[in-house]
Amino acid sequence: MTAFLSGTNMVGGYGVVDILRGCTIEVESGQVAVIVGPNGAGKSTGMKALFGMLKLRQGTVTLAGEDITALTPQARVAKGMSFVPQTDNVFASMTVEENLEMGGLTQREGVQDTMAQIYDLFPVLKEKRYQPAGQLSGGQRQQVAVGRAMMTRPKVLMLDEPTAGVSPVVMDDLFDRIIDIARSGVAVLMVEQNARQALQIADRGYVLVQGENRYSGSGPELLRQEDVRKSFLGG
Amino acid sequence: MENLANALVVLSNFVIIPALAYGSQLALGALGVTIIVAVLRFSNFAHGELMSFGAMSAVFAVWVLQWLGISIAPLSTALLALPVAIVMTVAIALLTDRFVYRFYRVRKADTVVLLIVSIGVMLAMAGIIRFAIGPDDRVFDDGVRFIISVADFKALTGLKEGLAIRTSQAITIVMAVLCVGFVFWLLKYTRIGKMMRAYSDNEDLALLSGVNPDQIVRWAWVLAATLAAIAGTLYGLDKSFKPIVFQQLLLPIFAAAIVGGLGSPVGAVAGGMIVAFSEIALTYSYKKVATYLLPEALQPDGMLQLLSTNYKYAVSFIILVAVLLVRPNGLFNGRPS
Repeated sequence: MTAFLSGTNMVGGYGVVDILRGCTIEVESGQVAVIVGPNGAGKSTGMKALFGMLKLRQGTVTLAGEDITALTPQARVAKGMSFVPQTDNVFASMTVEENLEMGGLTQREGVQDTMAQIYDLFPVLKEKRYQPAGQLSGGQRQQVAVGRAMMTRPKVLMLDEPTAGVSPVVMDDLFDRIIDIARSGVAVLMVEQNARQALQIADRGYVLVQGENRYSGSGPELLRQEDVRKSFLGG
Repeated sequence: MENLANALVVLSNFVIIPALAYGSQLALGALGVTIIVAVLRFSNFAHGELMSFGAMSAVFAVWVLQWLGISIAPLSTALLALPVAIVMTVAIALLTDRFVYRFYRVRKADTVVLLIVSIGVMLAMAGIIRFAIGPDDRVFDDGVRFIISVADFKALTGLKEGLAIRTSQAITIVMAVLCVGFVFWLLKYTRIGKMMRAYSDNEDLALLSGVNPDQIVRWAWVLAATLAAIAGTLYGLDKSFKPIVFQQLLLPIFAAAIVGGLGSPVGAVAGGMIVAFSEIALTYSYKKVATYLLPEALQPDGMLQLLSTNYKYAVSFIILVAVLLVRPNGLFNGRPS
């Protein structure tokens, strides 16, 4: 029985050098999975591979049991996957509301309802709905980015370093929202620099090193392991 | 007091109204250029010829309508011909895209490559236009020439100086206001307009959001070609249709688009006006204005003309270079040019 979203034994990279060397990443509905690891371990590359932005040489990606390895990112969006890139993840010149509308393009109906839900999740966005996203603070921009991704009512939400460059207070708040999203039944997968905090909320954690799974387990389990703490979390 | 009024009338007649009309034509042209830059991310040097093609189509349609004896007098038949011109220009733009630009787009060619391709398209289209209609000057305005003529104005106001408003100038300004308003409305409020802005702002994210790039590119050409056909026809109506003129117009149009900031629609309109007013204001002889404003003792002997009209295009060049040196993103923060 494979997980809801599962990338098994993925091998691939840009050009001749493989960045992923047989790593496996899985996430279940309603759970948060976190990928941590040193720089250059292939964390972001793994996300891209799962989302179809990188061609795999080996391995498969399945969603709800269906093989989606050959699908384009756009086709995966239609299948219920949503991705928040690390940088340039909002339409900077467009207002918050327009950003959300763009997220809901593929939805036939219920766009207004979804938008209302996202405003409930991130109240500050409702206040700033007519402001260009480019004028917001880093944390607010991340909320717009997550909100845009949630407009497709995804079954899988993938976040590439959602807390990069935001203050610790904002980071805690953002993690709380992400847990809320997961508890509503969405499978959440994220790459995080802030490994300790991220693993605390992780139902499942992966420590990637050089494109391979070095450790995996529930977040608290990984945090208890001596070598994980020593090598990746600074003691 | 009357002197001041006379001076203002002279200024309006020779600077303000001609510059508004010319600025409207440049603004429509620059708006088309800027839309292509925003969506397809290259400077389309064939845009002048697209305007020329539009004007040529209008001339042909006017001839057919005149031959059929259809007219909307006192207005110019060209207005009736405009929809035909738009359809033909949109068709040629979409065909060029399908058979030329798409080839490079799917290969993700560099913008410089596309720019050079557009120069090739420009030369080819210029050839086709000369082949179809010939290089001669053609006047095709058959409507009433003036809304207010100099004589009427003098009789009306009792002033010594007269103000003439040509019908073509009035039509140009009104059409430009309508077109600019429509384009802004489309970009701001419609689904397709928002998708175009999203695609222009962040292509990758737009694709992830489910924007169909082919549809956006098609719409960009439809908009740009429509604006080109209208701008070209209005220019031909105001002056005359002569194919070579549109190659010369390319410079002020690009100056306008770059001054405003490539990719910025507001900038294109503002840029068009800035370039038009600079060109005309710098090459106009202010002697007559001065005779009304200055006391007799201070009357100037010279023409009070800063530049000869031969240097009209140099003004665009200077504005272009100055903007690129000081503010390469343009006044309204477009893309770096």
